Amino acid sequence: MKYNRRRFVKTVAAGVGGAFLLPARGADASVWRFFTNADARLVDAITEQIIPADQDPGARDAGVINFIDKQLAGRLRRHRQAYRDGLIGVDETSRAMFGREFVVLAPEQQTEVLKALESGKAKGETWRKQSSAAFFRLIRDHTMAGFYGGPQHGGNRGYASYKMLGLDYPQIIGQNRYRRRS
Amino acid sequence: MALKPVNAVVVGAGAGGGVVAKELSEAGLSVALLERGGWTTFEQHGHDELISQRVTILGNAFGPDDERHRRVVSAGAGKWRTVLPSEGGYGNNAACVGSGTVSYGAMAWRFMEKDFRMRSTYGAVAGSTLEDWPISYAELEPFYEKAEWEIGVAGDMKANPFSPPQRRPYPMPPFPLNREGEMLQAAAKKLGFHPFPVPMLRNSVPYGGRPACIKCRYCVGFACEVNAKCGTHNTVIPTAIATGNCDVRTHCVAKEVAVDDRGFARGVSYFDANDREQFQPADLVVAAASATETARLLLNSKSKLFPTGAGNRSDWVGRNLQGHAYAGAWGLFEQETFDDVGAGATIAIMDFNHGNPGLAGGAMLANEFIRLPYLFSGRRPPGAPTWGKAHKDFQRQFYRRSIGVQGPVQEIPVFDARVEVDPEVKDHWGIPVARISGSRHPHDIEIGRFTSSKAELWLKEAGAIQTWTTVPGLGVSGGQHQAGTCRMGNDPKTSVTNKHGQLHDIPNIFVADGSLHVTNGGFNPVLTIMALGYWVGDYIRKNWKGPKSFRS
Ligand SMILES: Cc1cc2nc3c(=O)[nH]c(=O)nc-3n(C[C@H](O)[C@H](O)[C@H](O)COP(=O)(O)OP(=O)(O)OC[C@H]3O[C@@H](n4cnc5c(N)ncnc54)[C@H](O)[C@@H]3O)c2cc1C
Ligand code: SF4
Repeated sequence: MKYNRRRFVKTVAAGVGGAFLLPARGADASVWRFFTNADARLVDAITEQIIPADQDPGARDAGVINFIDKQLAGRLRRHRQAYRDGLIGVDETSRAMFGREFVVLAPEQQTEVLKALESGKAKGETWRKQSSAAFFRLIRDHTMAGFYGGPQHGGNRGYASYKMLGLDYPQIIGQNRYRRRS
Repeated sequence: MALKPVNAVVVGAGAGGGVVAKELSEAGLSVALLERGGWTTFEQHGHDELISQRVTILGNAFGPDDERHRRVVSAGAGKWRTVLPSEGGYGNNAACVGSGTVSYGAMAWRFMEKDFRMRSTYGAVAGSTLEDWPISYAELEPFYEKAEWEIGVAGDMKANPFSPPQRRPYPMPPFPLNREGEMLQAAAKKLGFHPFPVPMLRNSVPYGGRPACIKCRYCVGFACEVNAKCGTHNTVIPTAIATGNCDVRTHCVAKEVAVDDRGFARGVSYFDANDREQFQPADLVVAAASATETARLLLNSKSKLFPTGAGNRSDWVGRNLQGHAYAGAWGLFEQETFDDVGAGATIAIMDFNHGNPGLAGGAMLANEFIRLPYLFSGRRPPGAPTWGKAHKDFQRQFYRRSIGVQGPVQEIPVFDARVEVDPEVKDHWGIPVARISGSRHPHDIEIGRFTSSKAELWLKEAGAIQTWTTVPGLGVSGGQHQAGTCRMGNDPKTSVTNKHGQLHDIPNIFVADGSLHVTNGGFNPVLTIMALGYWVGDYIRKNWKGPKSFRS
């Protein structure tokens, strides 16, 4: 049976306690448009640090990984190389700091790695090509866009962020909701 | 193969071009209006924050597209980089029928009398080509009025003692203040400022056959879902078409103005919607492609007599590129400031446009348009965390409890802030692209520091619990408020056109867009560009005596 992408994405979204399930066919048959399954696990972990779940959904629940993957296969195609290199760099820094790859670190350690990236002083060969700060800004920005942009782009599932901000969604079109004020 | 001749080709169906096309076709001239973009609808992008004309992370909603367009921008130290239209640095406005007027915030400012006499008011500023306009406010005033009535402005200047004289009031009543506006109004009065409602190119009541604004959350950056925003696409351009004299040709990209060996324009070559090159013969040409693209078009229009481009004998085409150094402040509040009443910007002051001690100018200050959630994720006090739980806490606490007050600092023109054509990089059609370089004048930053301190004071008085200012750095100018690249003036050695927008060198080529601005005011520029469209159009109409009119 070929694993259906939509089902997989749902599975990821439902991922209990943040556990990231792999598709049945193993690591090399990617269910993503751009990412390998390993990439996706890493990006998912990074973005969940950038917007963590608390009383409101975080990046994982809102499907930010799906947004980034979809856009890297589309309008943000030009950033593919930055991601390819950047993801290698994140694990290099992670190993240099804690001896293990990023996805298996404790959340506090993951935060430390991302802070190192943000400072531009992260350790890792790859950061000679692009600064770690530039890659961090890129993925942070894409995480924000995925979390706050419209669901049609793959993220903000169920208008999670709009609910968090108390904004009605989708806005009622063509109706004068504000007549009371004039 | 040449097309059937017309009296006038207008390049660009934006703010200036839309107005000129209407003025000329109404006067009976046959007009071909070339626009590189197409007609737009609200449904194309709806309320998509990520593809708008303000946030462009996934592309520009209303053009130009990233596939076919490029610019080259100075990266300092003699290096250049190629940028796409949706990337910062490109300095985009828009590319569609109506251009920026489809998706703008629609603030409708007249410049002040002193804005036309900057040199006389402030004297020479070192490192600047600061100059007076060759026309006065009084000369342009009737044309402001025409723009306000034909395109539609809602406002009321009664409470503003700094307003330049206005013979006739606006055709529509002002928009009421939103919650931010009410808070700022009370604070301004305590401080002795003179607040008044922002004049808007939006229908506060039904006008021009279109409905009233429903004050939605999405205005700046978006097309209007109920067609209550007034641009050239839903006013003057339809009027031009209705005359039967104006042929709007969309998806047509002008390449160059052909200039004959006697030094007169013969017409315009362009690529049509199928990328086929066409030649449109014309008696006169109006360049209204925006400050960056008009300069590029003229520089690309090389001829025997003018080998460095049309109108460029004195090397002034593309010079003095200006925009606005936006400066202001943000404040965080304990009580809710957000009432979801769009467009958001409702209140302004003009107390600090002129007369600021030791400064050559200033800026109008107004509260900001509604910040959508993604945009707001980038608004943080200096040093505050931008991610993690702290990010979420900030969004939850302050999305509905913040006010921004900003203003467009009138830039002091710099000769070396300029648009050239790149010697190598070409667009999809093989046309050399615009190359932008130079930086703002340091004085702009000084003015920005001053006006932003006033914005901060205002927010504090309104009860902000925390405030911070934002002042831009030096860096390339231009952008949404681009202007100045084909300065009008009386001296052909220090300007590109005469006071009627007519090239000093080639009398049957006119310019009618932001390029003409000698200085760019401490205000958003579009109403002035529209007024200049009427001004230039009026001159052409009055002097039109048939095909040979401007060939001597
Ligand atoms: C999001 C946004 C908000 C704004 N808010 C405000 C505001 O509140 N108040 C305000 O005053 N201003 C505002 N502006 C700015 C305003 O829209 C511009 O100042 C104004 O449109 C510039 O007028 P213009 O005639 O100089 O050029 P444009 O209006 O840009 O017109 C130029 C036209 O020429 C076309 N063109 C260019 N090159 C070619 C070519 N080679 N061939 C064919 N066609 C060509 C372009 O596609 C474009 O349609 C805003 C702009 C944006 C994008
Ligand atoms: S605020 Fe009014 S004019 Fe602006 S888009 Fe919404 S309805 Fe249209």
